[in-house]
Amino acid sequence: MDFWRNQLSGPTNPSVDAAWKDGEPRKGFFTDTSICIGCKACEVACKEWNAIPEDGLDMLSQSYDNTGALGASTWRHVAFVEQSSDRIEQARESGRRLVELGMPSLRSREGSDAVGAPGGSPLGTAATMPQTNGSLAVADVPALPDMRWLMSSDVCKHCTHAACLDVCPTGSLFRSEFGTVVVQDDICNGCGYCVAACPFGVIERRKGDEGHENGKQSHGISIRGSSSASVVDATTSTTQSVGSAHAANSGFANNGEVKNVGIAQKCTLCYDRLGDGQTPACAQACPTTSIKFGDLADMRAAAQERVAQLHGQGFTEARLYGADPNDGVGGTGSVFLLLDEPEVYGLPPDPRVTTADLPDMFRKAGYAALTMMAMAAAAFVRRRP
Amino acid sequence: MTTNPFDADRPPERQSRRGGGRRRGGGSGASSNDSNGSQAGRRRTDESVMVPEVSFDSYYGRHIVKPAPWEKEVAAYLFLGGVAGGSALLAAGGSALNYPALRRVGRLGAVAGAALGGAALAKDLGKPSRALNMMRTVKLTSPMSVGTWILTAFGGFSGVALASELGGILLDGGSGENPTGGSAVALLSRALKLADGPATVGSALFGAPLAAYTAVLLSDTATPTWHESYHELPLVFVSSANLASAGLALIAVPTSQNGPARKLAALSAVVELAAFEVMQHRMGATLSEPLRTGKAGKLLRLSRALTVGGAVGAVTLGSNRVVAAVSGLSLMAASALTRFGVFDAGIVSAIDPKYTVEPQRERLERRRAAGATHDSITTAR
Repeated sequence: MDFWRNQLSGPTNPSVDAAWKDGEPRKGFFTDTSICIGCKACEVACKEWNAIPEDGLDMLSQSYDNTGALGASTWRHVAFVEQSSDRIEQARESGRRLVELGMPSLRSREGSDAVGAPGGSPLGTAATMPQTNGSLAVADVPALPDMRWLMSSDVCKHCTHAACLDVCPTGSLFRSEFGTVVVQDDICNGCGYCVAACPFGVIERRKGDEGHENGKQSHGISIRGSSSASVVDATTSTTQSVGSAHAANSGFANNGEVKNVGIAQKCTLCYDRLGDGQTPACAQACPTTSIKFGDLADMRAAAQERVAQLHGQGFTEARLYGADPNDGVGGTGSVFLLLDEPEVYGLPPDPRVTTADLPDMFRKAGYAALTMMAMAAAAFVRRRP
Repeated sequence: MTTNPFDADRPPERQSRRGGGRRRGGGSGASSNDSNGSQAGRRRTDESVMVPEVSFDSYYGRHIVKPAPWEKEVAAYLFLGGVAGGSALLAAGGSALNYPALRRVGRLGAVAGAALGGAALAKDLGKPSRALNMMRTVKLTSPMSVGTWILTAFGGFSGVALASELGGILLDGGSGENPTGGSAVALLSRALKLADGPATVGSALFGAPLAAYTAVLLSDTATPTWHESYHELPLVFVSSANLASAGLALIAVPTSQNGPARKLAALSAVVELAAFEVMQHRMGATLSEPLRTGKAGKLLRLSRALTVGGAVGAVTLGSNRVVAAVSGLSLMAASALTRFGVFDAGIVSAIDPKYTVEPQRERLERRRAAGATHDSITTAR
């Protein structure tokens, strides 16, 4: 029964549930945004390694973020947010409230289990971690800067309960032996259900020039930003010619066509590299070790250690995202350390895998179907004279 | 103010997105807005030209969940599947209780709805040539996979039922006599007659699930308005399906046989209107907003008007051929508008981050206020 209870929500080991026998430990990322410098090396390395086509060279007026969001052709996305001191203060305050809430952690639960205490109570948690709370109370609160940058490299969360995988009708999406979620692009028929199901808005159907496979093939790739460049001077024309050269290059690699048009695409956690014992391209390229890769258990431990360290230094705005297997998606395979509320980074504050409610949905639909039959039967009832 | 040659590369200044009043109802919201402004004013040197003010409860106003990449074909399928499912039930009733015209129209509507709907679904795929990949697996966690098999079974049974109907007309010349002998035509005719009963029952049994599962199809997504409507949406959709199929019958069946269709229209109109109200109420002000405002709101208001008008017309003056047909047309239009309205409302709710952030933030704060500290994705440790 335990097996079935945690198939749609709750903590579980997804690769074991997917019947992988050979016991690979679950892999994952820990993205520590407190040391991200916004260099976008991860974005570039991801595009290069996975041969992802160019998807627009626009200026988006979003600070230094001209990538926009995760999507079919953007599997790593560096978010840039600029904040003034009052926003920093708010973030520090909301983080402090979070600390005071006595959120349980894996470590504290294990600790309370070990001493046989009925774990989970905020008091018990506080008692097992006196050093953190104590240092919080006495730590010098760091001075508020006038402004700060938030830079965060976002990526597919590789959820424990992945809605995209659950709703895929073709079996194109699958759970790998590393506990990750991967699209088989030779199976996917582009139904788009995963796009609507993902609570983080990660996966997307790739568009071509015509959006569909039978449309006109794209020869070269359009540069969306070029038409809006209104300043006609030497600098602009240089930009355009550089862009055209880039388009010609990527066209050369793909024989003038964008591959996998109409098919859902997302981060594979570099499945091909993992199979060879390698590190994913983004983590390998990261110059500040903001993106760490390894066994998910180690990543969660590293994240908890880091957030405790930052709290100890008085940076109460630090918080973890996705490190708790009791959350709405059963914990994520990509753990983040954030410095403000998740929605500031474009992350949902309380995501919940939609299929957790699926049994209830089917039950309600069943009642509705019966009601429909009853209504039809009632319509045929004739008054007997 | 510094000037250098690269200033020319800056994009035009972005318009502020803060006008929408989208800030959470936190205590310090208004004051921080003000100081944000003064802060930006102080820093209004070269980099602030590039970086306009931002509302911080979303990332530059971008959507968090992605809208379904579905076009109008899918909304049309919601309607066509409903027509098909409801028609199959009418056909079964007509077959059992001797309404031959109702049976004929029902069978035709079932097959036409399923065929057109299936074609619309295939056309909406990113790779239509791989439409049959839907059938390489059976997956109970995917309403689309479940629906594929429901539609397939329904199409099979309804197709045989229609073949039997046509066989009765073409092969027997409408005489109703069993052709004797061993000719191929006679064998086929007998086989179709044998299959008629099971095909009718099968078609009816899969008709109701066909009309109901499309609600689950929409609800089993991260699209806020679709997901949160899952309690009543199936009831809305099956009633809407009944309205559409009753409408089709009112248009195409002579008044002597349209009694069941008229009753079905009245019954379903009441259930649909009531279910829709309950649904909106349960969803709350924020999540039901896309159903009440904008284009979706207009479609749904028109749909309600047509539902009431069509149902009243069918019940009171349905024995008049013209009124029956007009009422039927209005009921079918009402059903289509309901589907397009719900479809559009979902897309709107996905595109505006407000509908993702606010309800999630609310339920998170509610849980925290109730002392639940173990189920948040954001943790301090």
